[in-house]
Amino acid sequence: MKKLDLVVRFAGEGGQGVVTSAEGLAQAATQVGYHALTYATFPSQIMGGPTWTQTRVSTTEVLSAGDELDVLVAFNKEAYDSHASAVREGGVVVYNSEEFAIADDLKSFGMPFDELAKSTGNTRAANMVVIGAIAFLVNMPQEYLEEFVTKRFTRGRTNDQQIIESNIKALSLGRDQAKNSGFNLGTLEDAKMPSVDQILIKGNEAICLGAVAAGLDFYIGYPISPATTVLVWMESNLVGPGKFVYQVSSEIEAITGILGAGFAGKKAMTATAGPGFSLMSEGLGLGWMAEIPVVVVDVQRGGPATGLPTKTEQSDLFACMHPAHGDVSLPIIAPGTVEECFYASVDALNWAERYQGPVILMSEMAIAERAQNIPKPDLSKLNVESRKVYQGSNGYMRYEGPGVTPMPIPGGPGSYTANGSEHDPIGDTTHLAERHVQMTERRFNKLNLLKDGHYESDNTHERIVIMPWGGSKGPSQEAYQELRGKLPIGWYYTMYLNPLPTSLLEELRQKELVLVPELNYQGQWSSILRSQGVNAESITQYTGLPFKVSDLIAKIENRINSHTERKAKA
Amino acid sequence: MSTKNPEYDFKWCPGCGDFGVRRALEFALADRTVEKETPVENNVVVAGIGCSGNLTHLLEGPQPFSFHGIHGRTLPIAMGVKMARPDLNVVIVAGDGDFLSIGMEHIAPQAARNLNVTAVIMDNAVYGLTKGQSSPTTNLGEITSSTPYGKMESPLNPLDLYLTLGISFIASGYSSKPRDTAKLITAAMDHPGFSIVHIQSPCTTYNDTYEILKGNAKKGIQPLLWNITEDHDPSSTDSAYNLIHSGGWPVGIIYQSSERPSLDQQHEEIHKKVGEKTARQLLDRYSL
Repeated sequence: MKKLDLVVRFAGEGGQGVVTSAEGLAQAATQVGYHALTYATFPSQIMGGPTWTQTRVSTTEVLSAGDELDVLVAFNKEAYDSHASAVREGGVVVYNSEEFAIADDLKSFGMPFDELAKSTGNTRAANMVVIGAIAFLVNMPQEYLEEFVTKRFTRGRTNDQQIIESNIKALSLGRDQAKNSGFNLGTLEDAKMPSVDQILIKGNEAICLGAVAAGLDFYIGYPISPATTVLVWMESNLVGPGKFVYQVSSEIEAITGILGAGFAGKKAMTATAGPGFSLMSEGLGLGWMAEIPVVVVDVQRGGPATGLPTKTEQSDLFACMHPAHGDVSLPIIAPGTVEECFYASVDALNWAERYQGPVILMSEMAIAERAQNIPKPDLSKLNVESRKVYQGSNGYMRYEGPGVTPMPIPGGPGSYTANGSEHDPIGDTTHLAERHVQMTERRFNKLNLLKDGHYESDNTHERIVIMPWGGSKGPSQEAYQELRGKLPIGWYYTMYLNPLPTSLLEELRQKELVLVPELNYQGQWSSILRSQGVNAESITQYTGLPFKVSDLIAKIENRINSHTERKAKA
Repeated sequence: MSTKNPEYDFKWCPGCGDFGVRRALEFALADRTVEKETPVENNVVVAGIGCSGNLTHLLEGPQPFSFHGIHGRTLPIAMGVKMARPDLNVVIVAGDGDFLSIGMEHIAPQAARNLNVTAVIMDNAVYGLTKGQSSPTTNLGEITSSTPYGKMESPLNPLDLYLTLGISFIASGYSSKPRDTAKLITAAMDHPGFSIVHIQSPCTTYNDTYEILKGNAKKGIQPLLWNITEDHDPSSTDSAYNLIHSGGWPVGIIYQSSERPSLDQQHEEIHKKVGEKTARQLLDRYSL
């Protein structure tokens, strides 16, 4: 039987080509019709420092980075020492023999990455040497890779042909080295070109692209890992008439600045991570109170305080849902895949425009820099919403009534005061009890406009279901596919966390047990579900790393068994 | 608006300097709609929190748009409005506590950007709405409710600060002269860059400085306020520095320079060259 997937980890020091090799493999594989996903970790220093990136190539959609390695590419001794144990039985280690040598461990072979590249006349082709070797190990036809190289380096420059030839030579040199090593992992099943056009994109890039597709006008932000790539992307790409992008001096400037822009009629957004999000608390309350459409992206990392800036976690849910003092409940969309990042971003802008207030888009480190092939979004089919704008005469009651009202835009009719103090219908400050009651209810009523999100479900007749959120979706889905049919278990998933789609909440309330895999200590999502009358229980992990599928399978089995036992005793 | 609104129950104390500042802003806005032939809705007033911030609810006559936000954040809110819509005239109104204490961190960046907004600052050297605590401009040794044994910090000289930060238009005014102050506000709004009109606006309840500002010949009190004479050259930082450090409170235009482009001008200039990138073009970059 042929192999259905290939998991390769590239490990070394920052600057050795770890990321370019991993992404190169993903690009080459997706080019010929495979599915691929990369999972990146980052050193917390600028130059050097241990780092690794994992690429999983498969004949079907990739759900997680893969627990066990088929191949480890070790760029230095430290990488070999730290990661060799993750290689599965029968797997192979390819190491850079210029850096170190190891006694025969029956699973490793060395080759001089850079020397081989140099011999092709192109010192930058070391990643192709490595990819050539990997391709041989799974008997991938060389034509696949040559096609990729030709396409990638045809850039209309005079030396294109020279670069293409040197890269193809590098592929062959790597291939010969692997051949001579005698190792082989078995043939990878042929790629089947997906029927829909694909793009290869990272999570943060998909968020940016979704926002632009939804009509984003205004972006300001402050650098913070792992959200900086959003700022940097926007700085070069959010350009054109009426657009504005700018790096400001703090997250407080970012949130209050986008509120100013949202008030002035623009679709405005900022992106941040935990510490920056905390600084935005008061501003988010203001946006809720003054009813101003804005989107804040929180790319979660380990917290609290400075926490684990380069590790992944899903621990900002409480903070995102209730970021500010007072009665506030902010809408949250939390994508679980790179593809969902695009659509979540479109929906976040739509939601903000529709209910006129701040919307939080929660991503996480593990998705932010993950490159994955996704079906190319059809922009002509996107639903893009814009706020209702007031067009009448002056003397308008901007905050009148129990729900959303058309918004006057400066320069147009209907001048009013956007007010962060409790206010009357024209926006003047008031302390009347009945007005605070009416306005509080008005603000919460508006959330009802957002309960039409869609969700996934499977085996809905089961009384025990698994319902992950955000980036834990992939590993949970893989675990579920493994357990489905073996255990009595169903599946629910949505990225629309607040407010939950009405019928989803009704279905969840009927369940005996809802198991929630999530990357935090407190079990934040299950706690929120319990507060809404769902019997939910978390499977937690707080290591700074995503779930391993095998761990999840064991934990889910365990929970189901103990639930059954408890029930039997009762 | 408040006089006709029974729900709005805030009042300034009798004699509050902010009445005069409100009048000055009303004059300046009314003049602007005539001069620029633009509707009053093209003006946005961003208000801080404190007695002074209530100016936006108390403005009479044709109403501009306004944004009464959170404490200390008038400048970044105004930046958002201005950079979203450079065609709008954006004015912030705030007190010495809002602008110079909690809001201090926002002044330097806007000065560097030369953000094209006008800040109208009402300085009474005290926190009025919270009932009389010391502020950055309260004098050393002053007894207030939060400094019962005397204030321990030196007072900030805001004009000196503005000049040091490179703010491109600096004027100093007095609340009891609304016509004169209106002229300063108009000049500030016409200035293409960051402009501040810093106004002495006494608090009759917690820090009544009318007498020391105006002087009292009978009591032999020399006035602190003095009008800047015509021989002052506001384009010179040296002259402005000397003026600020020559004692008392100079009233008039202290400094004005149009050498640097404003942030919106810079943005327009740079982005003219860049051109537009559509979602479709950006998406196609990721094609395999």
